[in-house]
Amino acid sequence: MPVMTYLEAIKDGIRHEMRRDPNVFVIGEDVGGYGGAFKVTQGLIDEFGEDRVMDTPLAETGFVGAAIGAAYMGFRPVVEMQFIDFIACAFNQITNMAAKSHYRWGQQCPLVIRGPSGGGVSGGPYHSQSPESYFVHTAGLKVVMPATAADAKGLIIASIRDNNPVIYLEHKFLYRRVKDDVPGGEFVVPLGKARLAREGRHISVITWGAMVHTALDAAGQLEKDGVSLEIIDLRSLVPWDKEMVLASVKKTGKVIVLHEAPHTGGFGGEVSSYITEHAFSWLDGPVRRISALDTPAPYSPPLEQAYLPQAHDIVRVSRELAAF
Amino acid sequence: MAISKQEKKELYRLMALNRAIEERLTILYRQGKVVGGLYRSLGQEATSVGAAYALRDGDYIGAMIRNLGSLIVRGVKPREVMLQYMARKEGPTGGRDCNLHMGDMSRGIVACISMLGDLIPVMAGVGLALKKRNQRNVAMTFIGDGGASTGAFHEGLIMAAAMEVPLVLIVENNGYAYSTPTSKQFKTKDLLVRAQAYGIEAAQVDGNDIEAVVETARAGCEYARKTWKPYYIEAMTFRMKGHAEHDDASYVPKSLMDKWRVKDPIINYEKKLLKAKVLTQAEVDAIHKEIQSALDLEVDAALNSSFPDPAAVGDRVYA
Ligand SMILES: Cc1ncc(C[n+]2csc(CCOP(=O)(O)OP(=O)(O)O)c2C)c(N)n1
Ligand SMILES: [Mg+2]
Repeated sequence: MPVMTYLEAIKDGIRHEMRRDPNVFVIGEDVGGYGGAFKVTQGLIDEFGEDRVMDTPLAETGFVGAAIGAAYMGFRPVVEMQFIDFIACAFNQITNMAAKSHYRWGQQCPLVIRGPSGGGVSGGPYHSQSPESYFVHTAGLKVVMPATAADAKGLIIASIRDNNPVIYLEHKFLYRRVKDDVPGGEFVVPLGKARLAREGRHISVITWGAMVHTALDAAGQLEKDGVSLEIIDLRSLVPWDKEMVLASVKKTGKVIVLHEAPHTGGFGGEVSSYITEHAFSWLDGPVRRISALDTPAPYSPPLEQAYLPQAHDIVRVSRELAAF
Repeated sequence: MAISKQEKKELYRLMALNRAIEERLTILYRQGKVVGGLYRSLGQEATSVGAAYALRDGDYIGAMIRNLGSLIVRGVKPREVMLQYMARKEGPTGGRDCNLHMGDMSRGIVACISMLGDLIPVMAGVGLALKKRNQRNVAMTFIGDGGASTGAFHEGLIMAAAMEVPLVLIVENNGYAYSTPTSKQFKTKDLLVRAQAYGIEAAQVDGNDIEAVVETARAGCEYARKTWKPYYIEAMTFRMKGHAEHDDASYVPKSLMDKWRVKDPIINYEKKLLKAKVLTQAEVDAIHKEIQSALDLEVDAALNSSFPDPAAVGDRVYA
């Protein structure tokens, strides 16, 4: 199986779909000859031409709107946000136009909006955000957050084939740092199926995106103390794999929900309350949440480290939970 | 292409139907049968009907909430409008959305959302799809003098201009955005300058003169079909009612209302067609009679239709 970076895997998935389906096209700022700010789309223009790898004016509402119109017409646009933070500029198109069209008038809108999210690179308040909660809260959207290269490919393919608008949040910290075996050619990871990232006995860590790796790091440290973490990578938040989560909770009786987005109103609150509603009798302690702080994402490294959840936070909370 | 005698009669009938449906809706609104809001197009029928009349098979339209006339021209039936406004199960959205928020791609109709301006980039995307398919059709949509202040309006025009797509935008300058007069909305003489700023071909038209609207829209659509480029039309008209039925429009000076009342697009067109002997008084009477008796049936049918089953509330969120 070929080894690819997370970034190459996203591109491989997009390329696979563009070869398979002439209705798939890429649209965004600087995605053509330049290959995108992070080079995710580099080279696609050579194979598919500028009609299918379209550079657009700097107008997020404009090009997301245009992609929606094309999706209504039967195309399957893959929109790149140069940084996912700019998705805020297209919020209305996404949450009010795309998300609601099937419910309102029965019109499907097969659209992927993808882009670099997440922190850890001193991007500051506008190049570091994890905006999943805004979109999880809007019926009609799906939200995907891959953690591995294989998933990056399998999930982008599934997202492009989905007949609904999908927000696909890549993690920029993982682009070139994560490398794994990625099946060549056809490879689909269905939305809504979580991945058991690590089997464990004592505490279930429910997480997604880059935090999967932070949790794995913490699990390695805790193993020495005899605390065994089970790590579930949700892969997609809408839909999310409630079954796998409940099965793990029943096994361990202790849960940490971990995410990189800020605390209040984060998706961790949803997972946590679902668990208390549906698995209360299996719990041996409170469902604990670990997240970023309720502040904007700060720029300076010591501030950003204080803001983002760290492996040592997971270690600390795990020890507290283990004592129950 | 000159407007034929037959077309003139049809234009008159369509405007009369537009107004008659809305008059019925007003009664139903007052009876509590139309729920939510009711947005009239009184005085603006020539713009709605005339612009859409320029469209052909294969063209797309994104109508806004005052564009009942456009939807009728594109094949929406009075029954559908009644069912939609009365929130019924068999209506075009099954009671999921209100007023003219309805769409059907098989008939080339894209549903609007409430947020003004956002349909413009979407219709530019429809135009992009037409161009990708090498299909010589246009994507037409509308915006008001207020909606023209949104970012989406500008981004939509920028996209259409840059991508060179056959978007035809009708800007209905009707003097007011809710209670806000255009003098508080923009400081240019008109809204034509907006098109010029983006290098988009444009024309201004008397929005109360149906034939002028049809001719201008036909020319604009023809241009867009030929060149794959957008076209922009500012139609000068006036909103002869409040923003919606709950609004008495007391903020509009009486003198302004009086000035525009004499420019009523339907009354004036009727006079013109009678004078030119395109229509006789008997034909005019017959048109109205036919419309009224047809609407009697449509209203009854809609009133007797069922509401959606509450169990369906969760259906159809995802495709
Ligand atoms: C983006 C947005 N802001 C506010 C509103 C509320 N609103 C609905 S119609 C309207 C006035 C619209 O004026 P105009 O665009 O001139 O259209 P007209 O009503 O005159 O047809 C306002 C403020 C809205 N629908 N969309
Ligand atoms: Mg107005």
